[in-house]
Amino acid sequence: MQAEKSAQARSDAGRRVVRRHRTESFVGAVLLLCSIVSILTTMGIVVVLLMESVAFFRDVPVFEFLLGTRWSPQFQNPHYGVLPLLTGSVLIALLAGAVALPLGLAAAVYLSEYARPRARAVLKPVLEVLAGIPTVVYGYFALTFVTPMIKVFLPATETYNAMSAAIVMGIMIIPMVSSLSEDAMNAVPRSLREGAYALGATKFEVASRTVVPAALSGIIASFILAISRAIGETMIVTIAAGAKANLTLNPLEGVQTMTAYIAQVTTGEAPHGSIEYKTIFAVGLLLFMITLLMNLLSNVVLRRFREVYE
Amino acid sequence: MSTPHPSSQRDPSRFNPRLKARARIGAAFHVACFLATALGIVVLGVLLFDIARDGWSHLSIGLITNSASYMASRAGIKPALVGSLWMMAVTTLIAFPLGVATAIWLEEYSGESRWKSFVEMNIANLAGVPSIVYGILGLAVFVHFMSLGRSVLAGALTLALLILPVVIIASQEAIKAVPNSIRLGAYALGATRWETTRFHVFPLALPGILTGTILALSRAVGEAAPLIVVGALAYVAFVPMSPLDTFTVMPIQIFNWISDARTEFHGLAAASILVLLAFLLTMNAAAIFLRNRYSRKN
Repeated sequence: MQAEKSAQARSDAGRRVVRRHRTESFVGAVLLLCSIVSILTTMGIVVVLLMESVAFFRDVPVFEFLLGTRWSPQFQNPHYGVLPLLTGSVLIALLAGAVALPLGLAAAVYLSEYARPRARAVLKPVLEVLAGIPTVVYGYFALTFVTPMIKVFLPATETYNAMSAAIVMGIMIIPMVSSLSEDAMNAVPRSLREGAYALGATKFEVASRTVVPAALSGIIASFILAISRAIGETMIVTIAAGAKANLTLNPLEGVQTMTAYIAQVTTGEAPHGSIEYKTIFAVGLLLFMITLLMNLLSNVVLRRFREVYE
Repeated sequence: MSTPHPSSQRDPSRFNPRLKARARIGAAFHVACFLATALGIVVLGVLLFDIARDGWSHLSIGLITNSASYMASRAGIKPALVGSLWMMAVTTLIAFPLGVATAIWLEEYSGESRWKSFVEMNIANLAGVPSIVYGILGLAVFVHFMSLGRSVLAGALTLALLILPVVIIASQEAIKAVPNSIRLGAYALGATRWETTRFHVFPLALPGILTGTILALSRAVGEAAPLIVVGALAYVAFVPMSPLDTFTVMPIQIFNWISDARTEFHGLAAASILVLLAFLLTMNAAAIFLRNRYSRKN
């Protein structure tokens, strides 16, 4: 009787161990499968962009696409030169950088070197709200507030222009520059600052000649990421910079960026499979490659040129 | 002549600390840095004020209960509001389990393998891909290849892939923050890896995971670009009833009204922006509430 019971218990326990082992390997497999989704996403992006782009480049030579100076796929006599879109994107991203890089760096210096803890606890989250505002909201602000303001000073400005989109985009990416740069500055050890103070440096000299150079790799990485973000931004430029592919460096004219073109074509009904439909993949591929290269570059800067302390 | 002088007084040409000038430069720099920080915040204030001024008079119950209309006085955001809620719900259902599972696998199961660092590098790169590129992926794969059409489901799948890296990274941080002694204790009592994760690590990491997920979702709610590409722009007069219905969302409705040549629609756009911002503010407040409750417990 007793022996029977314990044998029963033993086999029950054995079965439970087997079941738990089975659960264990099942769960492990499911989790692994989930982690593969992110890899599939990357592969999906690359495959989709490449496949349709290859189809596009069968009709339009790569050189005509990359070096052509006219972009008019929707016209009777279509031209497929991407340079106007590319310069539009670069122009706006660089102008946005001209706004965001100095302001973001100065804000990072202030938060990391000057602000008292209580001021920092208020200023930093409020500044980061800027990065959380939907981009259509910035677009509205650029079109209805910033553009009229620019027109007051420069009446020749077009209603849709690169300048207002770039200024607003610059404001949007300030928190990106400031928080990444500030992280880099916070990683600079205290002893370096104390050494500089001991040699008689003022606070400004410590910040500009010790902390910023020591954190330079992180600061430059944040600049590159912010510019890359600006190149990939869509709604601000679609709303405020216009829909005219325009090869110009004049920020007071309207320009169309790569992203704005993609948004414009997909807003209308480009028939699936038409050459117009394929253009969005070719432009998308170029956009993807540019941003990917910049992101990789910022990683390289961060790894290669980091001053390692400790 | 024999009285000793401090060196700087004996030969002023050798060393000049220029203390006054340096102090002045320092003070100017301090002010400049403060102004730079303040400028961003001032612009934020101007932006909110400008939109509130434009939109305030258009805020009404009708704005939320009316459907889209070609007449500004009768137009409302009901289909867009419901569309955004649908989008949020379906996106969460897809991105949350996938993101958490990936994070658990990376932190608890994979060990320090090459595959792990490959997956992590891949996730970091995905986080930097422009959102409109996700739209192109969604258009080709979900709308055309899987024939989901311009539906809620196609849009939500696209947004889920877009926020997946953010959910994964936030969940990883939350799981990393669980003290190792918890795991060791569970193992010592004979728990398997899954039992340890499911009953001990996961509940402790959950508030952090939820905070990160809510912040990622608030990004998804504000996104317009990928959904324009997937095809949400169509004039939608009806509220979506199933995941396969066509849809629009608040940011796209706002974009439509901003692009409208008739300026009376701009006020509507501003009023809808106020609704959207209130919506996002609520989500962020929920995230902050969760985070505070969590940090008090520890």
